[in-house]
Amino acid sequence: MSIGLFLLVLLVLSSVAFMQGKRKALALSGLHGGRCRKKKLHSLPGYYGLLTALWCLLPALAIIGIWSACSGTILTTLTLQTLPPSMQGLPPDQRNLLVNDLHNLVAGHVAPRDIKPFLQQAADRYLEMQHIAQLLLGAVLITVTLFSGAMAYRRIRPEMRARNHVERIIRYGLILCSTVAVLTTIGIVLSVLFESLRFFRQIPLTDFLFGLKWSPQMALRADQAGSSGSFGAVPVLAGTFMISGIALAVAVPIGLMSAIYLSEYAGKRVRDWAKPIMEILAGIPTVVYGFFAALVVAPCIRDAGSLLGLNVSSESGLAAGLVMGMMIIPFVSSLSDDVINAVPQTLRDASYGLGATKSETITRVIIPAALPGIVGSILLAASRAIGETMIVVMAAGLSANLTANPLRSVTTVTVQIVTLLVGDQKFDSPKTLAAFALGLMLFVITLILNVIALYVVRRYREQYE
Amino acid sequence: MKGEKRASTRERINSGLAKRYRRERRFRMFGLGAVLMSICFLGLLFGSIIGNGWSAFEQAEVKLPIHFDSAMFDVDNLAAADYGGLVKHSLQILFPEVKGRRDKRRLYKLVSSGAPFVLQDIVVHNTGLIGTTREIWLPADDEVDMLLKGHIRRDVPESERRLTNQQIGWIDYLVNWGRLEEKFNTTFFIAGDSREPELAGIHGAVAGSFFTLVVTLALSFPIGVATAVYLEEFAPRNRWTDSIEVNINNLAAVPSIVFGLLGLAVFLNLFNLPRSSSLVGGLVLTLMTLPTIIIASRASLKSVPPSIREAALGVGASRMQTILHHVLPLAMPGMMTGTIIGMAQALGETAPLLMIGMVAFIADVPHGFTDPATVLPVQIYLWADAPERAFVERTSAAIMVLLAFLIGMNAFAVFLRRKFERRW
Repeated sequence: MSIGLFLLVLLVLSSVAFMQGKRKALALSGLHGGRCRKKKLHSLPGYYGLLTALWCLLPALAIIGIWSACSGTILTTLTLQTLPPSMQGLPPDQRNLLVNDLHNLVAGHVAPRDIKPFLQQAADRYLEMQHIAQLLLGAVLITVTLFSGAMAYRRIRPEMRARNHVERIIRYGLILCSTVAVLTTIGIVLSVLFESLRFFRQIPLTDFLFGLKWSPQMALRADQAGSSGSFGAVPVLAGTFMISGIALAVAVPIGLMSAIYLSEYAGKRVRDWAKPIMEILAGIPTVVYGFFAALVVAPCIRDAGSLLGLNVSSESGLAAGLVMGMMIIPFVSSLSDDVINAVPQTLRDASYGLGATKSETITRVIIPAALPGIVGSILLAASRAIGETMIVVMAAGLSANLTANPLRSVTTVTVQIVTLLVGDQKFDSPKTLAAFALGLMLFVITLILNVIALYVVRRYREQYE
Repeated sequence: MKGEKRASTRERINSGLAKRYRRERRFRMFGLGAVLMSICFLGLLFGSIIGNGWSAFEQAEVKLPIHFDSAMFDVDNLAAADYGGLVKHSLQILFPEVKGRRDKRRLYKLVSSGAPFVLQDIVVHNTGLIGTTREIWLPADDEVDMLLKGHIRRDVPESERRLTNQQIGWIDYLVNWGRLEEKFNTTFFIAGDSREPELAGIHGAVAGSFFTLVVTLALSFPIGVATAVYLEEFAPRNRWTDSIEVNINNLAAVPSIVFGLLGLAVFLNLFNLPRSSSLVGGLVLTLMTLPTIIIASRASLKSVPPSIREAALGVGASRMQTILHHVLPLAMPGMMTGTIIGMAQALGETAPLLMIGMVAFIADVPHGFTDPATVLPVQIYLWADAPERAFVERTSAAIMVLLAFLIGMNAFAVFLRRKFERRW
């Protein structure tokens, strides 16, 4: 008796309900032969069937949803209550361990030798209760489905406004779907904020924001030497901004100049070819760029550096920044292209009329006119660069050096999040929680950049519309 | 006085004109240079990937005369037989002059450590072989493969090479004998991940990507379309719908790794969904691709002219009927194009999936939504970290497969747009 089976039964029941409802509506209308008393239906017969089917389906779906959300908690609590009294008054962390063991046992993940007998009993009880609960759920579901379906079926009258009912239900469904986006944002904010608050309870906020040393290695035991862990985010942030800065230094001139060339100079055929090719750069997965940076660009830079007698780290910020710059060229160019095209032709004509050359028109008239939009596109590209993960994970370093030298190894916020969270750790150690604090910082920074960029672009659009 | 001044103005203009024209030409050259530079970047990227990767579609195999001694096999328990011994025995037959434990161990190293499993597979599928002697092609070790492809250089001192002079001698002998050849690398397409490059394949990752994308598509398409329909056709202009709009625009620009943090905190820690599974991966990617799909769907709905709606309303259709029967079918091609582009993004996404544990080493091919799985980009990331030289070309080859999928999906989107695009 699994959820899948329940859903299948529900589907069958509701399609039966659909046919029954439709048949009754037809019979009532007298179109279907049957009675001679003809009465005009308010809606098409299908809507009556649909209404009956929906009434069958929706209450049951709601019950399944609620059940799968909270069955685990209820069953665990019930099982824990039956444990021996010595186990009842445990402190929270030990209790959590016990619960984890129990869940592992229930799922059958534990090797058979290290099972304590009372835990095995508890697991058996859990499984037994789960079985009973499943049966119960099945019984409840079928009763509810049949009952609500029958109610809807009985209420079918020719004058009933079935279409309006169905449409209202569909509309509520649409509203429900549109809240997912809001729920996602709330989920992001809450999950990141919640874990970050737990982190800041252990590490003061000022240490995190202004500390100059980042080494998140925590001692496993209290007497272990040398690794108390320090969580100063400044070097990490500095690395992030340096790599993003290099990326922008590559992407902004190239992106802007190609946007200008494509929109002002190039003929239609060149534009039709060059634009999609440049868009490909944005569609390539970032992991590919990361591999390219680590395999081709970084060794190239290192060799070039050693030719010049410079000591270049093989995980230099320069390599990551250059490749990231390649990646964000299309973000700059396509948005700038749009805003340059939006500048009214009259401005150009006026400038030509005064005797300016094309390049003078572009640099003195068009770019100042399009500046807000261009700034917006650069800000969007910057937020993309700051949040970019795979290139820096594969090509930048892990050690947080506070340096302005792009040839040395630096680390970024995203690299630290990945290294702190990949692998199995205790979830409540500052080391893991630090990743969420960094995530919060990343979210806030990119959000601010995006809001400003969208605001600037929108204001600019209004100006010329 | 006056005439002089006018002449000097014209002179000033004329004298500056050449310079200004030069500047104009230079500016134009910069523009062209920028476009060419980005195209060069793209060419360099593709060139290096293909140049590194094409050789991974071939793999060295060695032909060994295997004697399936019937004394060694127990028909009821074929897995118990010593397949490694069979390989070693046949190598001893080929090289009877090799004596001494160290030399022998070096000789055995030429054949992949996975060769016994290949033999086991052959025997299990064809028990009739037992008692006969057959010439069988087995995968060679990745170092042998690298030597044949020229990635291990012969001219460096022996101590800096992964293969000794003696081993290279054996390899040349086998090649001249026709017993060692580069063959098409089917393993790469049908095997799961492995620590041994010659046994590693992308099948597991492709299957994981498939299951993940199925979850993503099944959730994000209906939810995205429904949201777009609501916002575009029904929503009243008020603060609530405005906040939804702002949310969607911001979500489109949130770094993908933050979605991974959400998945870790909510789906794994709060809901206790199975770690590393394609189900959770699909859920996270759904949240990520939703903004793309919603924005594309809204644009598509907007492009359906009001006359269609008015005509339907005019003959007595309700609002809902108008939208479901007339507007939505007309807007569907645009919505599908947006969805395919969103799916292509989701297929290439790596960072959020690292957060929810899809980065684990998984050798088995997943068979369902809750099996531990990995996806193609994560597989690329894992292989890029592997130290063996042979993994470099496999990484590039996996990238080529991924790019092929992406190009295919985007081409399909362009095809849909071309075929169903309608000018009103």
